[in-house]
Amino acid sequence: MLEITNLHASVGDRPILKGIDLSVQAGQVHAIMGPNGSGKSTLSYILAGREGYTITEGAVTLDGRDLLAQAPEERAASGVFLAFQYPVEIPGVSNATFLKAALNGVRRRRGEKELDAMEFLKLTRVKCRQLGMTDEMLKRAVNVGFSGGEKKRNEVLQMALLDPRLAVLDETDSGLDIDALRIVADGVNALRGPDRAMLVITHYQRLLSYIVPDRVHVLAHGRIQRSGGKELALELEARGYAEFGVDEAA
Amino acid sequence: MTPDAEDYSRLTPGLPWLEALQTEGRRRFADLGLPTPRQEAWRFTNLGPLGRLPWRTAPPGSTTLVPESLPSVVPAGGPPSHRLVFVNGTWRPDLSSPGALPEGVVLTGLASALTDHAGLIEAHLGRLAAVDGHALIALNTGFLASGALLALPAGTVLERPVELVMMGAGTDAERPLAWHPRVLVVAGAGSRATLVEHHVSLNRHPGFANLVAELFLAPGAQLRHYKVQRENPESFHLATVTGRLQHDAGYEGFLLTTGGRLSRNEVRLVLDGAGATVTLNGAYLVRGRQHCDTTTLIDHAHPRGTSRQMFKGVLDAEARAVFQGQVLVRPGAQRTDGHQLHRALLLSDQAQIDAKPELEIHADDVKCSHGATVGDLDDDALFYLRARGIDRDCARALLIAAFVNEAIAEITDPTVATAFEALADGWLTPG
Repeated sequence: MLEITNLHASVGDRPILKGIDLSVQAGQVHAIMGPNGSGKSTLSYILAGREGYTITEGAVTLDGRDLLAQAPEERAASGVFLAFQYPVEIPGVSNATFLKAALNGVRRRRGEKELDAMEFLKLTRVKCRQLGMTDEMLKRAVNVGFSGGEKKRNEVLQMALLDPRLAVLDETDSGLDIDALRIVADGVNALRGPDRAMLVITHYQRLLSYIVPDRVHVLAHGRIQRSGGKELALELEARGYAEFGVDEAA
Repeated sequence: MTPDAEDYSRLTPGLPWLEALQTEGRRRFADLGLPTPRQEAWRFTNLGPLGRLPWRTAPPGSTTLVPESLPSVVPAGGPPSHRLVFVNGTWRPDLSSPGALPEGVVLTGLASALTDHAGLIEAHLGRLAAVDGHALIALNTGFLASGALLALPAGTVLERPVELVMMGAGTDAERPLAWHPRVLVVAGAGSRATLVEHHVSLNRHPGFANLVAELFLAPGAQLRHYKVQRENPESFHLATVTGRLQHDAGYEGFLLTTGGRLSRNEVRLVLDGAGATVTLNGAYLVRGRQHCDTTTLIDHAHPRGTSRQMFKGVLDAEARAVFQGQVLVRPGAQRTDGHQLHRALLLSDQAQIDAKPELEIHADDVKCSHGATVGDLDDDALFYLRARGIDRDCARALLIAAFVNEAIAEITDPTVATAFEALADGWLTPG
């Protein structure tokens, strides 16, 4: 479903990704682990279409369609969803307004009927209930004054509403205590399904105890250095990234 | 600019004090002429284009209109506001609906008020807006022909808003019309009212509105004063608002500007008693070649005064804006608490803003601050919205609306806040 082929990317003159190959099938959850500065976040931003990166080589397709040629909003409609490491606070825009604009933006591009205010509210309430959330955070400004856990749950709610083909979770565990982590992971697990692929990007193994991946890849120096099953995460937890030439204590 | 001599003193002939005042106004204006950028207060706003047009003073209008089509902040079907309507500066009783007012409240056109309330008007007209040294006040006084009087006896509370609808309906692009209305508010001790001004154009012809307001707030009086100016982009709109707050009086103002070729709101408020409070906020959204000037002077003359100002500006294309915010704390005005914030969004490289905050403090026990920022939309927020499927234009409009609504949300009257938010949204999604 997601095919990344020989992807090279730089910021300015500095190469960050130096030939990534990755194939993720529908229904699978892949984890990308790596030390700081390995290019993990760059990869997630490139998939979502953030400006500021130059693709120097390679291709990315989702369901056979070129992703890199699409604007961020087109990718969202194509089914890409990036759960942000640091969800952006937007004062003055209510979460409900934001979610409705997003949902209808995506539905319009997908050729689906836009929802009116009542239909939107009904759907959102159902999703909130499924994720064990209250709809109180709909009235508040987007992420403003949200705790770390609330921000991440808000990301999961957005994911549930937008129903993506590919969910990219960028350091979803950062800033969460163990209880919040469990709630967020439960929400993500509830969204696993045979038609959806997930890419879980994380530094630590901790998150992968809750969101158990089918495959684990180690990203370092802009390349995937090693791939394996879920046990690879435990191995990394025990031995660190030293064998990939990264000394994080330095 | 040479105002027509034959139009003098249509207000009410036969009142010697008024004729003397108007003569003095005309004389002062003849001496002063229109302000020029050589004067510090007008450094960034050039009235040259205004002076070059062959203005004539608007004759009493007879434009046919239906009251239902007039703008209002009050939702249709709900309890109506107390509404006075003016066309080209002339009060139109046939279009107005002041409605039932509490005992002793006066709300009427200035000209007709002179018959029944001449003493009240004489005691107030020109007392805050003095003709000496201020050309636009002198011009307004000299050619004053109409306006509105709102007088509230002590302790009166007006539950529903008073709306002044001032419409321009020029008839000729070659000989544009000018009008010089005066708004007089005399709020008795402990009285409360909400005043909403709408300034709109009925066609594309240029107009020149030169408005002066005088607001007298007796001890403990509370006035909410909201204004929206959305005249056509050929028009000139100059407003000078003067106000005096006695002890514990409160003024809450909001200035929403989307219209006009050249507009200026100059607000001069004196906190002339201890414990007075001023909230003066506003938002302007301009594009094309519009020029929008906001000039404020908050004069803290007594102790324990509070002033809060928040202005938000959005400029696109080649629009220009000026913000001059002066806060003066006089000797003895101890424990003054004054804050001022001006933030502008420049959506184009050609747009330009001149911001000049000015704190002048002559007391030692005060809390005063000001802040000014000019910037573009937040790229992180824009990407976040787009990554969720919201297209670029829509995401920008959402962020601009949010920026402006932060100021509009400060409006304490929820009906007005909703109406102003809709007007700002209308600017963002034209057509």
